[in-house]
Amino acid sequence: MAFSEQEIRQLARLARLELTAEEVRMVGPQLERILEFVQQLAELNTDQVEPMTTALDIQNCWAADQVADGLQRSAALANAPQADGEHFLVPPVLPGGNG
Amino acid sequence: MTVPLDSAAQLSQLLTSGEATAVEVAQEALRRIEASEPAINAFNHVAGEAVIRQAEELDKRRSAGQPLGRLAGIPVAVKDVLCTTEMPTTCASRMLRDYMSPYDATVIAKLRAADALLIGKTNMDEFAMGASTENSACGPTYNPWDRTRTPGGSSGGAAAAVAACDVPLSLGSDTGGSIRQPAAFCGITGMKPTYGRVSRYGLVAFASSLDQIGPMSWDAADNALLMSVIAGHDPRDSTSLPAAVDDYSLAVAQADVRGMRIGVIRDQLENPGLDDDARQAVQAAIDVFRDAGAELIDVRFQYSRYWVPTYYIIAPCEASSNLSRYDGAHYGFRSLGTREVVQKFGPLMAMYCHSRDDGFGPEVKRRIMLGTYALSEGYAAKYYTKALSVRRLIRQDYDDAFAKVDILLGPVTPTPAFRLGEKMDDPLQMYLCDLFTVGANLAGLPALAVPAGKTADALPVGIQLQAAPLHEPALYRAAGAFQQATEHHTRRPPQ
Repeated sequence: MAFSEQEIRQLARLARLELTAEEVRMVGPQLERILEFVQQLAELNTDQVEPMTTALDIQNCWAADQVADGLQRSAALANAPQADGEHFLVPPVLPGGNG
Repeated sequence: MTVPLDSAAQLSQLLTSGEATAVEVAQEALRRIEASEPAINAFNHVAGEAVIRQAEELDKRRSAGQPLGRLAGIPVAVKDVLCTTEMPTTCASRMLRDYMSPYDATVIAKLRAADALLIGKTNMDEFAMGASTENSACGPTYNPWDRTRTPGGSSGGAAAAVAACDVPLSLGSDTGGSIRQPAAFCGITGMKPTYGRVSRYGLVAFASSLDQIGPMSWDAADNALLMSVIAGHDPRDSTSLPAAVDDYSLAVAQADVRGMRIGVIRDQLENPGLDDDARQAVQAAIDVFRDAGAELIDVRFQYSRYWVPTYYIIAPCEASSNLSRYDGAHYGFRSLGTREVVQKFGPLMAMYCHSRDDGFGPEVKRRIMLGTYALSEGYAAKYYTKALSVRRLIRQDYDDAFAKVDILLGPVTPTPAFRLGEKMDDPLQMYLCDLFTVGANLAGLPALAVPAGKTADALPVGIQLQAAPLHEPALYRAAGAFQQATEHHTRRPPQ
């Protein structure tokens, strides 16, 4: 398998990463090598095996529907890159808006 | 008087008898860290004055005859992946460079309740992804046994802080070997508990079905002490197990393997990737356990060669999902992006993509890309679902083994500590460091690394003991017996 630069850019877009040209060149061959390695699993027939999604066979656990203290707004906003004391501020969601 | 910073048990005794005060212990630990840090770089943050004030409080309470916690006055370092109020939580990433958690992880709350001195946050591979602590925005940590070598990773700082005798106890996290491999490289004891035995609440998530927090220390007795403080059910972690917590310290003290059936993982010993020193350590341990009265039984794992490929699908898939929370919007690093990208994709998308590209290091980005690919439409069945099915086969191997034996014995790492930079250009070589450790994470069971030998250059070598889920006491009992019969855990690096 060989990735084209365009495929790597598309994958990066899905992963919300804006890779530099240098990163795009580097990561393609690295991913190919890793994928070739993990491809060993194809040797095994797992048609009759149920996928194991949790480490141990645990049951769903329910929480009581009770009101509990949450984070204070000031604490939740304290790490925000940009905030106005009430809201997280982000760049315009729609192109052309002014935030 | 010298303060024994390499033993929680001894410190505890001196504090109880009044031969040392908590302030003296805290001051000595801070002095020691200041002296060793320029050479080791184990810490991303040292608490300083706050620890002295906490120690003063403890001394007052002690002289007033008030009851104190089990770790009263004992300095503990914690990996910088555990959320702490009052200290930054960076995950050794530019992404979280200035992050101050608004809450404590459950294990941190338990340490505080036990009156431990929270001395600082230790260095790690960024977001716990790596096996050498070189993938750190805070620079690499150096192995106290040989500064040209890595301490292992990702909990390299937590291991090095113990090995440098800065602190007797530390907490690491282990997703594919990140407690056990650095413990082996640094000549200390490290436990990866059963999945769900220790709450993951407040552990910054890497791969949620594999991550566990665990204790690191010189010997099994100290390890068990810290384990008994952090273990237990937590309603805030829905994967936390409700089972009662065993008496781990008692298990170490029993130190008895008579009649214990110990399975030797033969295919690991025959693995061509296994270095002679590591093989000899296991072989010597076989003799120690046999002499102590255990029954040694050969076992074979049908699917062990698929451990690493299975892991390197599941872990990146979970990571790509978990790390999607770093979007530059609510916390963490933000970059608005170039005008070109803003014009092409809009300002919000540009912020997401640039914040993540500038905030994450190369290995984290590689794993996010890998996970995104393996989960993408058309590939999820081929990679992710396939790996989940093989995971069940791997678990079945363990179940079959534990029908015949009580614990398993094998190597921790293929080699002793490798040189800094040696594997940085080849991600796959770095992944193969996890050859013998990822099985326990995939199967969710407890595994303990114990110092068990040294190379001609005096580098430490470890052995790994594994048990069925919640059978930590069997591991501690065996480690107690092993450490009663051997002195590897008493060897210290040259000062």
